[in-house]
Amino acid sequence: MIWLDTILQGVLLGGLYALFAAGLSLVFGIMRLVNLAHGDLLVMAAFLILVIVTMFGLNPFLAALVALPIMFAIGWSLQYFILNRTLGDDILPPLLVTFGLSIVIQNALLEGFSADSRRVPAGTLETMSLPLGPVTVGLMPLLTFLSAVAVIVALNQLFYRSELGRAFRATSDDAVTAGLMGVEPHRLFATATGIAMVVVTIAALYLGTRANFDPTIGPARLIYAFEAVIIGGLGSLWGTLLGGIIIGVAQTVGAAINPEWQILSGHLAFLLVLLIRPRGLFPRAVD
Amino acid sequence: MPLLETRNLFARYGDFQALFGVDLVLEAGETIAVIGANGAGKSTLMRSISGVIPNKPESVRLDGEAIGGLSSARVVARGIAMVPEGRRLFPSLTVEENLLMGCYGRKVAGPWSLETVYALFPILRERRKQPGTALSGGQQQMVAIGRALMSNPRVLLCDEISLGLAPVVIRDIYAAFPSILGSGASIVIVEQDIGQAMKVADRVYCMMEGRVTLTGRPPDLSRQAIHEAYFGVHA
Repeated sequence: MIWLDTILQGVLLGGLYALFAAGLSLVFGIMRLVNLAHGDLLVMAAFLILVIVTMFGLNPFLAALVALPIMFAIGWSLQYFILNRTLGDDILPPLLVTFGLSIVIQNALLEGFSADSRRVPAGTLETMSLPLGPVTVGLMPLLTFLSAVAVIVALNQLFYRSELGRAFRATSDDAVTAGLMGVEPHRLFATATGIAMVVVTIAALYLGTRANFDPTIGPARLIYAFEAVIIGGLGSLWGTLLGGIIIGVAQTVGAAINPEWQILSGHLAFLLVLLIRPRGLFPRAVD
Repeated sequence: MPLLETRNLFARYGDFQALFGVDLVLEAGETIAVIGANGAGKSTLMRSISGVIPNKPESVRLDGEAIGGLSSARVVARGIAMVPEGRRLFPSLTVEENLLMGCYGRKVAGPWSLETVYALFPILRERRKQPGTALSGGQQQMVAIGRALMSNPRVLLCDEISLGLAPVVIRDIYAAFPSILGSGASIVIVEQDIGQAMKVADRVYCMMEGRVTLTGRPPDLSRQAIHEAYFGVHA
């Protein structure tokens, strides 16, 4: 029964990693942009939610709702005014610029909030649990996982059932020809990054309410997100969820064997998948 | 006033100058053909008109409005649609999704819709759920033409639509032109097949090394004049 519980906790933890990764997967899938500041934007969103909770005394879920449009606007502007200028045949400029952005965000957060560890208070939700047959699960981990599934379903609907999603896929295939259809690629990319920041805000809600965070933890979250995206196959959203679950289960199983092995187990699982399926579990047919 | 006009149009790729002051006129309801050998600048001319290559605003005019400086998205919104060389279908999209992309930037009421495009090319209705790139070359060309028609364009630019296709397929493609003209669109075709261009065009422009070397109505152009304008040598 302990193993069943361990695996279930791992699956639920995978939901959190999938949320970290979904925005990264979205941006990479559409514009082949690897955003090294993704983890820091996640931490920034967590601080934004914390500020709203502290200033207005709002419930963290309501605070996240307030933060959503703000983060969308930040993502839109970041892409439109800065990152679009780095896109092209050379992959180095976006890597360098987002790496620099990562350092800027970390230092700005350090300046504004100090290096102290923070947590977004979620009240009794933090400790509530539900009996699920022979095991008991925490309400917050369950909400995190359900949110991850909901986000993946919503992004898939957007991608495959809407005109905007059609334009995303067409522009990802061939931006010049998409322009001939009336797409303004730079505006479309800005919208994509705005949506990615909406997902980041949802991830930040759970990051901030489930664990402590400080301005420097972004890069470590970026690595989990990367691993989930790469395990799943670049650009595959359901693959990203599965990638998150694989890392989550590997970490909890590793921790159950020896608590020191938790982080290492996740990375080893990532390497193992890469050895067997170098393009991930669900690679895109067109790449 | 002509429907579409280029005046003293220049285009460059970095240090390489591809067009040297091209003047071209398209009247409403007309089909014109641009012919020339490889590297003559025909596709560059199409890319300049459609906004892929930016130009001085006044070097391209649509109904008198200077559109040379606009992005391709804004050009298509004004009613100029292009069938690009090589078809350039979106591999991630089905046939129907490719067609629907055609009206992304210009949604105006007009003769062309999914239904009328399927009526023009019935095979596409059968293949509508398949990826566009899974079709034969001729069927892909039909998708590319249908996609451009979905914006109900005033001007349809067709860049090398017969390239790489079997003669029987080319005949089927060109058989659609009367319907397209009948819907009110004017057409500019770029062709290397001189015979085909002479058959469908009201007027022909021949290009060589980025310049228009000959223009006129097909019956008025002698074989020798075309040969000289096309290859730059006496026959």
